[in-house]
Amino acid sequence: MTNLDKLIKAFSDALELEPELINDELSYGTESWDSIAHLALVASIEMEFDIMLSSEDVIDMSSFKKAKEILTKYDVGF
Amino acid sequence: MNPAEQYFDFKQYTLAGSEKEKLLAKELSGLTRFHFENCTPYKNILHNLKVNEEFDFSAVEEIPFIPVRLFKTQKIQSIPDGEVLKYLTSSGTTGQQVARIALNKETSLLQVKALASIITSYIGTKRLPMIIIDSEATIKNKASLSARGAGLVGLSNFGRNHFFALDENMKLKAGELMDFLNKYKEETLLIFGFTFMVWQYFYKRLNELNLKPDLGRAVLIHSGGWKKLEEQAVSNEAFKRGLLDNFNIKSVYNFYGMVEQVGSIFMECEKEYLHTPNFAEIIIRDFNTWEILPRGETGVIQTLSILPRSYPGHSLLTEDLGTIVGKDNCGCGRKGTYFLVSGRVPKAELRGCSDTHAESVMMKEG
Repeated sequence: MTNLDKLIKAFSDALELEPELINDELSYGTESWDSIAHLALVASIEMEFDIMLSSEDVIDMSSFKKAKEILTKYDVGF
Repeated sequence: MNPAEQYFDFKQYTLAGSEKEKLLAKELSGLTRFHFENCTPYKNILHNLKVNEEFDFSAVEEIPFIPVRLFKTQKIQSIPDGEVLKYLTSSGTTGQQVARIALNKETSLLQVKALASIITSYIGTKRLPMIIIDSEATIKNKASLSARGAGLVGLSNFGRNHFFALDENMKLKAGELMDFLNKYKEETLLIFGFTFMVWQYFYKRLNELNLKPDLGRAVLIHSGGWKKLEEQAVSNEAFKRGLLDNFNIKSVYNFYGMVEQVGSIFMECEKEYLHTPNFAEIIIRDFNTWEILPRGETGVIQTLSILPRSYPGHSLLTEDLGTIVGKDNCGCGRKGTYFLVSGRVPKAELRGCSDTHAESVMMKEG
């Protein structure tokens, strides 16, 4: 699985969305992505990539696009 | 970028004196104008209060305020229903009216960022294994989140591997708790809960069970008011001493905040004073005349915050009593106003408080 596939899976699992609905337009506050789902999403991403995000990155991760940017800081390339 | 976000560029608790005053007055003036133009009930109130509708207030003290209980009696929001991301509700007891606070995406994000700037200044940016002294059921209703639920979710961003220590009957899951402590025995822990619940369902229950885990590596953050603990004659001092003597918890921080201004919290410092963050201010007023009281005198707390964008909650008269101790010179090193909260405004005074103020004005407006 590519990193992109893994990230889509993490989003899809946490937000309970079909993988087809996950793209760069997806942002916090749309679909099922609320403050509670955000916690599940962070846990899901951390498990998928075996990393630990900082508080700042957890807060900044407000879109799928942004998530990719943040993950590159953790040596996860897309 | 939202203009309010500039406040998060300043290191938390460093804005002081006239610089803070000027920035806040400008931002709060703009917010007053925005809500005036977008929320009819609020507009009616300001009309009736004969507020200067140029909205060019030069001092924070000039910003008009509304009583916090208006959110319990009226639908007050500055955005169309379609833009509401979530309603926050106050946790009122039976028979009490419940406040409903409409959040849009912008306000919600600002709240999260604001809270982060405060909490990380205390515990750092590394997320800590977290024990939540509450039940997971508290955050299960997705459409509408209680004040308690919002607090839990907000704080949870600073933790990981969250463990809800209570079951839905508020009973401590003692066995699982001990397992959790064992699993993370090398790491700094974050514990969060509401003051009364921490005492009643965690502190007392562990004592009953004769369990004395060493939590010397934990930071405990708690909030929610002292009313119920005062009935048991438990002061902040006794609370801290109990947690230190029994579980060796040395870092215990209370905060004062309300559902009507989520994210804008006033954290206790090492000197046991509550602090205004860079983006908020408090004013103490006499509850008969509304005059501003000088430092050292006790009156009603007015809270101002630049966060509320979706409802006119940027300047609120609370129903709490407080006393300003000083400004920009607390021994802990943090800038800003520091103060103490000393309970609720007595009921009789309260009636005078909000009814004579804007509530009656609004009734007339219909």
